[in-house]
Amino acid sequence: MTLDEILKDAEQAFAAAGNLPTLDQVKARYLGKTGAITEQMKALGGLPPEERKTAGARINLVKDQVEALLKTRREAIQTAELEKQLAAEALDVTLPGRGEGAGGLHPVTRTLARIEALFTSIGFTVADGPEIETDFYNFTALNIPENHPARAMHDTFYMQSGTLLRTHTSPVQVHYMQAHEAPIRIIAPGRVYRCDSDVTHTPMFHQVEGLWVDESASFADLKGLLADFMARFFERDSLPVRFRPSFFPFTEPSAEMDIGCVICEGAGCRVCSHTGWLEVLGCGMVHPNVFGHVGIDAERYQGFAFGLGVERLAMLRYGVDDLRLFFENDLRFLKQFA
Amino acid sequence: MQFSESWLRSLVNPALDTRQLGHLLTMAGLEVEAMEPVAGAFTNVVVAEILSAEKHPNADRLQVCQVNTGGDAPLTIVCGAPNARAGLKTACALVGAELPGNFQIKQAKVRGVESFGMLCSAKELGIVEAADGILELAADALVGQSIRQYLDLDDTRITLKLTPNRGDCLSVMGIARETAALTASPLEYIDCSAVGVSVTDTHPVQIEAEAACPRYCGRVIRGIDPAARTPAWMARRLERSGLRPIHPVVDVTNYLLLELGQPMHGFDLARLQGPICARMARSGEKLELLNGQTLELQPDSLVIADDSGPLALAGIMGGQGSGVTADTCDVFLEAAHFAPEAIAGRARAYGLSTDSSHRFERGVDPQLPAFAIERATRLILDICGGQAGPVISVGPGVAPAAAIPFRPARARRILGFDLADDAMADILRRLGMNVEAAGEGFLALAPSHRFDLTREVDLIEEIARVHGYDNLPAAALRGEHAMLPAAEGARPAIELKKLMAARGNQEIITYSFISAELDADFRADGQTLPLLNPIASQMGVMRGSLLGGLIQTLRHNLNHGQERLKVFEVGRAFISDQSADQPLRLAALRHGAAAPEQWGEAARGVDFFDLRADLEALFGAQAVNFRPEIHPALHPGQCARVLLGETPVGWIGTLHPRLTQKYGFIKAPVLCEIALDALTHGLAPRYSAVARLPAVRRDLAVVVDNAIAAGDMLAAVNAARPSLVADFALFDLYQGKGVDEGKKSLAFKVLLQHTEKTLTDSEIDETVQSVLAILNKNFNASLRG
Repeated sequence: MTLDEILKDAEQAFAAAGNLPTLDQVKARYLGKTGAITEQMKALGGLPPEERKTAGARINLVKDQVEALLKTRREAIQTAELEKQLAAEALDVTLPGRGEGAGGLHPVTRTLARIEALFTSIGFTVADGPEIETDFYNFTALNIPENHPARAMHDTFYMQSGTLLRTHTSPVQVHYMQAHEAPIRIIAPGRVYRCDSDVTHTPMFHQVEGLWVDESASFADLKGLLADFMARFFERDSLPVRFRPSFFPFTEPSAEMDIGCVICEGAGCRVCSHTGWLEVLGCGMVHPNVFGHVGIDAERYQGFAFGLGVERLAMLRYGVDDLRLFFENDLRFLKQFA
Repeated sequence: MQFSESWLRSLVNPALDTRQLGHLLTMAGLEVEAMEPVAGAFTNVVVAEILSAEKHPNADRLQVCQVNTGGDAPLTIVCGAPNARAGLKTACALVGAELPGNFQIKQAKVRGVESFGMLCSAKELGIVEAADGILELAADALVGQSIRQYLDLDDTRITLKLTPNRGDCLSVMGIARETAALTASPLEYIDCSAVGVSVTDTHPVQIEAEAACPRYCGRVIRGIDPAARTPAWMARRLERSGLRPIHPVVDVTNYLLLELGQPMHGFDLARLQGPICARMARSGEKLELLNGQTLELQPDSLVIADDSGPLALAGIMGGQGSGVTADTCDVFLEAAHFAPEAIAGRARAYGLSTDSSHRFERGVDPQLPAFAIERATRLILDICGGQAGPVISVGPGVAPAAAIPFRPARARRILGFDLADDAMADILRRLGMNVEAAGEGFLALAPSHRFDLTREVDLIEEIARVHGYDNLPAAALRGEHAMLPAAEGARPAIELKKLMAARGNQEIITYSFISAELDADFRADGQTLPLLNPIASQMGVMRGSLLGGLIQTLRHNLNHGQERLKVFEVGRAFISDQSADQPLRLAALRHGAAAPEQWGEAARGVDFFDLRADLEALFGAQAVNFRPEIHPALHPGQCARVLLGETPVGWIGTLHPRLTQKYGFIKAPVLCEIALDALTHGLAPRYSAVARLPAVRRDLAVVVDNAIAAGDMLAAVNAARPSLVADFALFDLYQGKGVDEGKKSLAFKVLLQHTEKTLTDSEIDETVQSVLAILNKNFNASLRG
């Protein structure tokens, strides 16, 4: 074969090689020890010296051309093989992920955690107390004597021994003040119980009690703190609030706090009974008799307490319209709060 | 407390519309619960007289009436009411009238007869929910007068939700006083002056229980007209307050209860046997009440009695057989003061709640009986005629309250508000208090109807209330801010809950009370804590374990087609009713497939070790151990006591097959319950040196008897840990082909490490041999061939 024929032959042979091992075998036919170009080089010695140089240059040129062809072909095969591999390895990335799914917190816990976070951010600590209480902590120490009409409003569950299920989280105030000196800034979240069960009442629900006692905590401080809290809780900077006089035996002055209806923005709807206002918590200045029961000097110290219903806040915030759902523990309900 | 706006306005009439009046009361602490017009919105309805009523020629149930509506000529009106009859005064909607519900009255042909209006029932005018026929008005009603005017229908029924401290507002007068104080409006006077006495008759009264009944006023009224009828204006006020007119004397006593807030009672004088006596009930005494109920009286109950026995449950309800009836001619009228402590709780104990007990429990003005009895007498004489005897008043009375020292500076400090002394004194005076300067403030004497005001803080509240809570400032947050201590190792419950949720568990909250049977299944101690007054028997006892609630939740969700459950709850269990015996616990349940149904993994039922992994994650770095023990509710072969060090802190296991079958489950759930305390007290991490040289790993497969616990083998090696062993862990368990029946093969990883030098082959071999020796000696373990 002439050099031109070799070049042409190599170009065809390389193109015919479909993979790298074949290409390497084909390569040997031209550049191997007995390859065509190697043979041409060997044959150089038989030429007259004056022709050797030109002939050698020609052979080297063809050799370079063959090597270039080889390199191009090699890269083409590599690219094709990679593409083939990639195509073979392609996944259906729209398939769902493997393994465990997400769980979730109960909506009451979510709400409690949010309330705790807001209050602890300004220096409140979280206190706790028993749920089976004595008459003293649930009533007497909170200035609710026996036969007081306020007791009838509490629908208390009693145990055989005369103890009772706490009807509010307020007993934690008493426990805490007995054990700690003023100044005091606590919230006490927890379960409370009332003997009442219908569309709008469950026999168990959650409250958060708050207590702030120092030498100057005033009604003005109470108003400011709770207005701030509601605005932050509902994430509304200009949430209207109002305070109405009310009665709790353990606070005086006592107040109910209303917020502008977060459902209808005050226009009037079923949730706010068309008043534009939602009653969200009870509060007031700690009654001197309560301080008396825990041995705090009511002339030196003063302060306020508040109690809010957690399910009520959760219902308003998440748009839940049936209280009873919270304790049915149906996964189809709970999963919505994951 | 329910009353009509027009009644209130007859006593005090501030320049406020109905809505503003309601807002005023609500914002003063007398919360308006409902305000509803006493009639629907309608126009052009007048008093009319039916002149004639003839059967409709084309309809059996209709009549064609000629009706005088005060116009030039009678109108022809077709009417379907059975009570339409000649001579009846009724309400007629004229052509052009609009009735409630935008119902337009037009001239229309009814079965061929032209009708020029409509005769109306109380229901059609929105006065009542249901009515039998058209309105029947008094014979003297003025034909042509607007029915709204005639029946005073431009009125609103107001319902207040009063707090228990405001007994003084359980009367229209009380609300009027409050309204007058809030708006500085004049208050109408109610004539309670002494009525002229025209007979000398009295009836003797004795008080045995003076503390419970400090005042009893009584009076004989002779010769009332049994045919007298309660006047329409009074009946209307009673009805708009939710009371039904019964008998003029009873109605007057009810009227006084509403008007002044004094519960009263009228006895039929002829039916009294001997003197009236206010005394405590004697055991064994019985009383049949006006409502027909017969009570076995308790000795803590005050009664009004005569020689025959108890006549009335004082301050709560009168009895049958002594009250006024349609035949009564002579009345003995009672207006007494009963101490709140003597009445409170008694009605409730008998399952009663009356207008009277509601007031006496909250307190009634102790000076009121003397005034109320004169007012009531005057009304009875006006309505029923008769002759009044002198009032006899028995009992020591209630000592007047002392003046209350009041420091304006203290009020400013409590309220956080700068209100001048004079402004405070003015508010107290508006409330009827007598205010005098004294010392660093005032001495304020409350009127007898404000018996709830006894101390300084009561007055501070009144000042805030009358000034208006909304007019008090709200202060920006203040106070020294100290950083709160926070233990790094502590893991609050919320973190544990989030960890459980991140591992795919759903938090639930179940009731703390469950059925006694379910509780007994999980309460190992055999105790029970029943409620005296449960809502229902399936909520009858306080739970001794959280597991029962998890089981109920599983059942509920299985019933709703949710097969796979991974739930947990944090709450209290109740060992006893002592405060130290109500530990917080975390309990979890898994049921169904180990993983959610998916394409990428073979389905597998959940087992003990899936839940154990959650528990291990919860304990974090703490050394938790699992020891096989028996729990009555758990599978004896798949159950462990959870230990922190050597301290038992909980249980984990598969539900016992006996219970799985009892609850009707096809597959057994896996459960655990741990003391929350054991999980929340972690430690902050502590550094130990990291070796610079690579560790050497040797694997050791040994064969032991099936009964040998892998945990014990790990513990034995770890306890005796040879010096070069950095880690010793199990990585495989094999039973089956190649391992003898009754044996198992366990594969352990032995990680060897010297912190400073490279280990030689002989050091490595020696150490591995020593580990093997421990296993061999203690567990008869042999190297797997």
